[in-house]
Amino acid sequence: MRNRSLIVVSIAVAGALSLSACGSRGEKKAEDGAAGSTTVTIGVDAPLTGDLSALGLGIKNSVDLAVKQANAKNEVPGVKFEIKALDDTAKPAPGQQNATNLVADKTVIGVVGPLNSSVAQSMQQIFNDANLVQISPANTGVALSQGEAWASGTKARPFKSYFRTSTTDAVQGPFAAQYLVNEAKKKKVFLIDDQKAYGAGLAATFKGEFTKLGGSIVGEEHVNPDDRDFNAIVTKVKSSGAEAIYYGGEYPAAGPLSLQLKEGGVNIPLMGGDGIQSGDFIKLNPKSQGDVATAVGLPVEQLPSAAKFIADYKAAAYKDAYETYGGYSYDSAWAIIQAVKTVAAANNGKLPADARAKVVAAVQAISFEGVTGKVSFDQYGDTTNKQLTVYAVKDGKWAVEKTGTFSG
Amino acid sequence: MHELPQQLANGLILGALYGLVAIGYTMVYGIVQLINFAHGEIFMVGGFGALTAFLALPGGTSLWIAIPLMLLAGILVSTLVAVGAERFAYRPLRGAPRLAPLITAIGLSIVLQQLVFSFYPDAKKARVFPKIPGDPFELAGITIQRSDIFLIIAAPLCMMILGWFVAKTRSGRAMQATSQDPDTAKLMGIDTDRIIVMAFAIGAAFAAVAAVAYGLRTGQVDSRMGILLGLKAFTAAVLGGIGNIYGAMLGGLALGLTEGLATGYIQHVPGMDLFGGAAWKDVWAFVLLIVVLLVRPQGLLGERVADRA
Repeated sequence: MRNRSLIVVSIAVAGALSLSACGSRGEKKAEDGAAGSTTVTIGVDAPLTGDLSALGLGIKNSVDLAVKQANAKNEVPGVKFEIKALDDTAKPAPGQQNATNLVADKTVIGVVGPLNSSVAQSMQQIFNDANLVQISPANTGVALSQGEAWASGTKARPFKSYFRTSTTDAVQGPFAAQYLVNEAKKKKVFLIDDQKAYGAGLAATFKGEFTKLGGSIVGEEHVNPDDRDFNAIVTKVKSSGAEAIYYGGEYPAAGPLSLQLKEGGVNIPLMGGDGIQSGDFIKLNPKSQGDVATAVGLPVEQLPSAAKFIADYKAAAYKDAYETYGGYSYDSAWAIIQAVKTVAAANNGKLPADARAKVVAAVQAISFEGVTGKVSFDQYGDTTNKQLTVYAVKDGKWAVEKTGTFSG
Repeated sequence: MHELPQQLANGLILGALYGLVAIGYTMVYGIVQLINFAHGEIFMVGGFGALTAFLALPGGTSLWIAIPLMLLAGILVSTLVAVGAERFAYRPLRGAPRLAPLITAIGLSIVLQQLVFSFYPDAKKARVFPKIPGDPFELAGITIQRSDIFLIIAAPLCMMILGWFVAKTRSGRAMQATSQDPDTAKLMGIDTDRIIVMAFAIGAAFAAVAAVAYGLRTGQVDSRMGILLGLKAFTAAVLGGIGNIYGAMLGGLALGLTEGLATGYIQHVPGMDLFGGAAWKDVWAFVLLIVVLLVRPQGLLGERVADRA
């Protein structure tokens, strides 16, 4: 009996402590904001630990860079920016908690993230209810901005607070299919996906365009994202006579999959989307030579507008590379900063009480030249930038194979 | 049907990996009736131990020298962790109700995972593990990846050594006696504490061998790799009859084969095309477990014994 009451008391104490900790942190910042210069926070939600952390840390650092530069340049007079980065471990449930946390923090004016489409699904409603703008640098799931029925042609935007600077699978999958058929001359493809929102969606859009172009899908498989043993699939691929594999998913599984294929004597390229276009894919897979990936946008290294970003990122000496989404993350953060600027300018340099809602409207109307090209959003909140790049692994690096603009 | 030999080979190799880890579950259960849920993490730390040894060796060291050293380091780390766990986490609870050590095991599993995740350099994501370079072997239409050679040699060798140890040596027989009746064994002058430590250590050493095999095979180790593999190995141990070392290996092989064949063939069974493929392989593995437990509740090689109170 004594033990039980001890447990009850300790749970109550722990709960009270954690609650009060949250409360006091939020209040303190709000008070700071009242006096003189206002401080607003840009939230970041991305996987900062775990398999996908290479991409997530790139997002966080790029937003951090944008915030530091905005403060240094005094981009919005009288407004200081801060960053609050939360880890979603690439899973929907922690993402949802982070969303609630960010909404509750009154200083948060906008959020950059998340990386994963499946995580975005769990956050959109929360941000929308709070009128808090969310710009993802990496989500490619089409339904996030165009509604579940997008494939049948009835597009409807489900959440007005959701934007993204990346192109969608509706563009990326078909672009990959066109590349495989027209450039690489591969007509027989084995299709594999990891059953996540991103992977399955990408595989589906790829399949539609690929069969339309006269290619044949010689086999289909679905893996679990946590699997690391793919030998049984390797055998099926081998006997299917496929000339290439298209994989909808991310590099933690794609790396070993490609490696086991080549170790199993199947020397055909594996192609995937931006989820595999990471340095870690090559690190995890010493036999990745010849594997191909599409990524949204033009290669950051090739854009004149991005030279400064790359130099600044280097100068800031972050431990982790900016990776695939660095430029898009920077642009996402900058879009929020610009929106805050617009809102503040329209209100005599002060942020109004309903700043969050005004920022959502301002982001919708935004247009500026960013790291990745022109940043603006269409009626669904998708980027108007539909450029894509095909990369191939050459001598341990992702080398640009082809760049292009998708045109249906 | 030309895939069949290859899928059988895949299944057997994967099954051997499960079997090696399952030994640890079965030995500990056979002697102290504890399901050591931290065993998956013992497997994982073995992988990191081997990786540490590889990183400590000068670059360009031949794998012929590196692999034995990695194996030694892996075994050392795994065994130390397992023996430490036994001494400080399980032994104080020896007389406690069975639920207590079980929950301790689950807690220990989380602790080990988080320790590696937080403190091993760069372990927040998968770390690259060396592979045996070179092309795969082709043997009568079966392709075997070069790195699997390690497992193909190590698994039967380990089983033979263990079989000999348990049946022929003094300690092995003492182990059998302890497993049959610890109290009587103690009265006969057997140091049961030592035997229990030994069971943990042997299980850990096997897990480390499996971890090196896993690392070579997939080219990576990460802090969460013990979760799923531990669960599968536990399933294999139950399937084969928990407490029986040959059962553990047999269960592992049966599980590996089921997964391979389910991925390859269920799709082609009429009406089952929705339930086939790699996404469903775990489901079929557990279906096998349920069916075996319905028909033979003691597992494939298990003996029907009255549960000790």
